[in-house]
Amino acid sequence: MPLLEIRQVTRRFGALAAVDDVSLAIEAGEFFTLLGPSGCGKTTLLRMIAGFDAPDAGAILLEGRDLAGTPPEARPVHTVFQSYALFPHMTVAQNVAFPLRMAKRPAAEIERRVGEALEQVHLEAFAKRYPDELSGGQKQRVGLARGLVNRPRLLLLDEPLGALDAKLREEMQLELINLQRDVGVTFVFVTHSQPEALALSHRIAVMDRGRVEQVDTPPQLYGHPRNRFVASFIGRCNVVEVTVSASGGAALALDAGRLGALVAPARPDLAPGTRGALAVRPEQVRIGPQGTVADAENRFDGVVRDLLYVGDVTTYVVELAAGVRVEALLANAAPGRARVFEAGQPVAVGWSHDAGVFLAD
Amino acid sequence: MRAAPSPRLAKWLVAGPPTLFLLVFFAVPALIMVVASFRFPGEFGGLAPLAATRAGEDAGLTTENYALFFGDWIYAQIFAKSFVVAALTTLACLALAYPLALAIARSPRRRRDLMVLLVVLPFASNFLVRVYAWMIILGPLDLLFTPVAVLVGMVYVHLPFMVLPLYTNLEKHDPALLDAAQDLGAGAWQRFWRVTFPLSLPGILAGTALVFIPVLGMFAIPEILGGKDDWLVGNMIKEAFLGTRDWPFGSMLSIMLTLAVLAVAGIAAALGRGGSRGA
Repeated sequence: MPLLEIRQVTRRFGALAAVDDVSLAIEAGEFFTLLGPSGCGKTTLLRMIAGFDAPDAGAILLEGRDLAGTPPEARPVHTVFQSYALFPHMTVAQNVAFPLRMAKRPAAEIERRVGEALEQVHLEAFAKRYPDELSGGQKQRVGLARGLVNRPRLLLLDEPLGALDAKLREEMQLELINLQRDVGVTFVFVTHSQPEALALSHRIAVMDRGRVEQVDTPPQLYGHPRNRFVASFIGRCNVVEVTVSASGGAALALDAGRLGALVAPARPDLAPGTRGALAVRPEQVRIGPQGTVADAENRFDGVVRDLLYVGDVTTYVVELAAGVRVEALLANAAPGRARVFEAGQPVAVGWSHDAGVFLAD
Repeated sequence: MRAAPSPRLAKWLVAGPPTLFLLVFFAVPALIMVVASFRFPGEFGGLAPLAATRAGEDAGLTTENYALFFGDWIYAQIFAKSFVVAALTTLACLALAYPLALAIARSPRRRRDLMVLLVVLPFASNFLVRVYAWMIILGPLDLLFTPVAVLVGMVYVHLPFMVLPLYTNLEKHDPALLDAAQDLGAGAWQRFWRVTFPLSLPGILAGTALVFIPVLGMFAIPEILGGKDDWLVGNMIKEAFLGTRDWPFGSMLSIMLTLAVLAVAGIAAALGRGGSRGA
């Protein structure tokens, strides 16, 4: 039995279905992420799990028990809010003690567990401070300690790192991973940031317009997106319009129109004539001076139109003969890297037959 | 092009006029009153001269007014009664205003302005007219010229001064805090008692000051709605200036009232510091 089961849940606001027939099963101990652009319904779903909103149809079950009719204060589920929502009139220790006091734990136990929780988030020295005397990262850690101190069955995190700057966000990501592993509490994490989701999660549910598009582990999502939305939302992706010409052999033969013929990993299930797209990640596309990249089965000549240098890697936008643009990623520390290509320079790009994923329309 | 004025100059230009105004119309009169409270009353009201013009005339400075005050229990009793009335009025206003302010603060944004307007609407008609209207209401109830009538009038007149600061405070509360409290296991009563109430303490304090202090000096309501025994400090001061025309005695009462208010405020502030930190 999964810890949390979401069964065909729908929530409408007027004519709009913010959450549309969503079913998910989250296992105990998982770090599960709801990922999607703003307005995809992930926060509405989170609020329904917390109890602040109720589904119009479907059920939410925790350990097999239907949560309908259980108010938020009676659910063994706590939330870490994006705005932190720390009580400004209480010290850090009083904030963390709040859920224990609400649960009427004895004073000695409260003191001990508040101490442990603060130790877990490295804030022992800040127990007597007030929230307005803390930095953003410290406030977020207080929010985490407060959410975890009472050992909830489930901790919901609503874009908790959204308000932090990039460097701090990365530090907090590592802390979150360690914290979740140490306490063993199931995390349901909401974010619109795909790098964050990939870095943190055991599994990710990608949501768009109220529906779940795909639920998978980060490598599966990145390597085997199920449709165009997932492919383009998770990481960067080259998408080439294609029609299946032959699917019987060891590889999938595709017709890419003016670009010519392509080969892709075998998909015997596809009938010839099926229309779709081939998604190839920029790091799978090799780039070299014209006349090189000879061993790639899909090989084209083109001209560098743009390049984006970000230090460790450079992304080249190469325009191929048929006007198709392809992004290629080159690690700047790659051994044998001959040179950095300039805009306007003729180059060859190519990818192997085992790269790329066919996305049916 | 003219050079922009320096920040220092700009600061003085902004702060100067109100500073000057308060200096002339507050600090100087207050000082005059302090001096007046140590003088003799003039023969036909007002103040006696500082230097005697003929033999046997009271002139110069004296502590007689203060001696009078401390020499008779009646003044301390009227002070105490005034503080009790002010405290009861404040408590009644708080009890009535808090639910109202909370209801306004939690109603949809576009309806709030109308509700605030309704709270201040009584100010649109004359204060005395409104107090006289209470005579018509309280008369048939056999409550007119009783302490209850005074209290009702006081509460009625001062209620908006409690509602407005409370509303201003409550309206600013982050609704996410209540969500967080509920999420962490707090029921409706706990959410109010542990979050809303402590965060509204500054509003309660402001409303208390705006009600408590004016009630102490109020003379019109006890005079119109109260009986002979319902005199408060305000009535004594008014009587000293307009009735017996004993300015020094009236000045002394005013100063004692100011000192008493400051003492109460000081004690309240000390207690506040000793207790838990307000938001």
